[in-house]
Amino acid sequence: MRISVLVQKLLINMSLNKRKLSYGLAINEAMSQLMRKDPSVLLLGQGVKSPWYVGATCKGLAQEFGGDRVIDTPISENAMTGAAVGAAIVGMRSVILYPRMDFMLYAIDSIVNEAANWSYVLGGASSVPIVIWGIINRKGEQGAQHAQALQTMFAHIPGLKVVIPSTPYDAKGLLIAAIQDDNPVVYIDDRWLYGLEGNVPEEIYTVPIGKGVVRREGKDVTIVGTSYMALKAVKAAEILEAEGIDAEVIDLRSLKPIDEDILFASVKKTGRLVIADGTWKSYGAAAEISALVAENIFEYLKTPIKRVTLPDLPAPASRTLEQAYYPGEKEIIAAVKEIVKNNH
Amino acid sequence: MEKALLKNLYYRMVKIRACEESFVEPILNGEIKCPVHLCTGQEATAVGICSALRKDDYVFGNHRSHGHYLAMGGEVKSLVAEIYTKKSGCSKGRGGSMHITAKEQGFVGSVPIVAGTISLALGAALAANVRKEPKVAVSFFGDGATGEGTLYESLNFAALKKLPIIFVCENNLYSTHLPVKEIRPERPIFEIARPFGIATSQVDGNDVLAVFQEANKAVELCRQGKGPFFIECLTYRMRGHVGPNDNIQGDQTDIRPQSEIEEWKKKDPIKRFEKMLLEEKILEEKELEEIKQGIKKEVADAHKLANEDIRPRSETLNKYVFK
Repeated sequence: MRISVLVQKLLINMSLNKRKLSYGLAINEAMSQLMRKDPSVLLLGQGVKSPWYVGATCKGLAQEFGGDRVIDTPISENAMTGAAVGAAIVGMRSVILYPRMDFMLYAIDSIVNEAANWSYVLGGASSVPIVIWGIINRKGEQGAQHAQALQTMFAHIPGLKVVIPSTPYDAKGLLIAAIQDDNPVVYIDDRWLYGLEGNVPEEIYTVPIGKGVVRREGKDVTIVGTSYMALKAVKAAEILEAEGIDAEVIDLRSLKPIDEDILFASVKKTGRLVIADGTWKSYGAAAEISALVAENIFEYLKTPIKRVTLPDLPAPASRTLEQAYYPGEKEIIAAVKEIVKNNH
Repeated sequence: MEKALLKNLYYRMVKIRACEESFVEPILNGEIKCPVHLCTGQEATAVGICSALRKDDYVFGNHRSHGHYLAMGGEVKSLVAEIYTKKSGCSKGRGGSMHITAKEQGFVGSVPIVAGTISLALGAALAANVRKEPKVAVSFFGDGATGEGTLYESLNFAALKKLPIIFVCENNLYSTHLPVKEIRPERPIFEIARPFGIATSQVDGNDVLAVFQEANKAVELCRQGKGPFFIECLTYRMRGHVGPNDNIQGDQTDIRPQSEIEEWKKKDPIKRFEKMLLEEKILEEKELEEIKQGIKKEVADAHKLANEDIRPRSETLNKYVFK
């Protein structure tokens, strides 16, 4: 019986997962399927009609759904975000897109003061079903104002959920879950993931918000990755395997709510933790994950926790400086070796 | 204009005044602790605008919104309870005076970030447009909000998309403690809508009929798809920026000359309307008195209920963060 269930699951998985799609097109498919299914879904943002500004994510949407529901906005982030919030309060499911996450800073009032607080301050009289979608525009010599990864700021705010998909499958499933959620969800993707191909089922499906996933099982050390750093963590683990270190990789997929269960179960098993996060170190996601582990399961730790993050600096332009600025598998491997070497 | 309508305008203004003044004593004796921005003196703008609307329209307020809430038909008892931060308040004690809602009556909500709800009303108008509903969104904001960039972003987008929104600036001449002449050049506020091609006007905000007529015009245009519209209502805040008067803590934070306050007392919107109703023999002294007495009782009962109610229990602290 058990085997037949497993076989059945495997067959379902194979049939669902046979199609490959890029990350950018997975987002595009989620948007178009939900706009087709639910007339209350509304998309606003700079570049939603552009052939290049937001990759392939908005391909064909304006043509299919028209200018009333797919609105390429003036450069007015504060009011446009407020409008998306207001529309959501009165029953739309708004998606507001920022082609460069840096531009979201103009909209902080609408996001933090209005969207995040609205349900609470009015005792639940109305909620804000909005997706606040920011693209990290990392690298490419873009410099500090076109490359920031600010998701941790939003994860600090009560009333916001924050998701950070790293695969095409999660990009689609989390966007659908975010649009269908009755609350504000900050959806952060990374433009360097847009070309990444992976299995994406054709039908509408969701990836639960607040649930991480084990990308690779291992027993020596836990590497927790966020967004594109989860992919780097998988690569690092593959290299480490050749050197005899068996790393477990967890992709958190959501920063808030954070999946404590998956994190604690893994660290309890391995006793070692490396956090790979593509945001700044101080007060960041890696700091929060460290605190959670130290506070709750300190006795399981065999070694200190290591953090692999951006240095506390603005993003540089020059490629030599970029190289030094962005961590990758090399830095993750070095961090793992620092804590595994003596006790392995 | 028919008697029932005029009576209703009067009734709503008196209700707002009675509520606002009923908070003075509990504020002074410390029973009410949350910041309360009274709209005494500004009743005609709230009632004039809201009386032109329907319950399925969308009204958004600001820090000084008791009047908007009541003018749209929000319950006195839920408002009073909220100001005492009690469990039965319209925001279940989470909001206090500055965060109130009567959603079923069309008053979607108010929050105190200056200009914070202008773009929310813009979004509600956008939603009405997308859904092809003949609804109107109204944003109430003060002269102080004219300093915020989001107002101009919103005017631009509303004009661009011809949205059914009425921007209502209640110019009470003071931006917290600062006279309007210290925060902007001496140009009429209603003119800020002109460069966007938005129909705009300035009305005597202490004349309820003038406001009501202008609002009807604006609402009709918006319902025909000929929005947006901008209305500046010239009015005056009879009490302090926050609390009964600005000297409440013994500090001279109010720089208004007493003579100016006295001048505006003569233009009291309720007294003016009362005089008109009596002179035109629309209502008799007796009827006015009946209205006042009825409201007095309703307000007193609301305070009694609020006093008997409990505050939200600490175990419910995290309720309503998410739906």
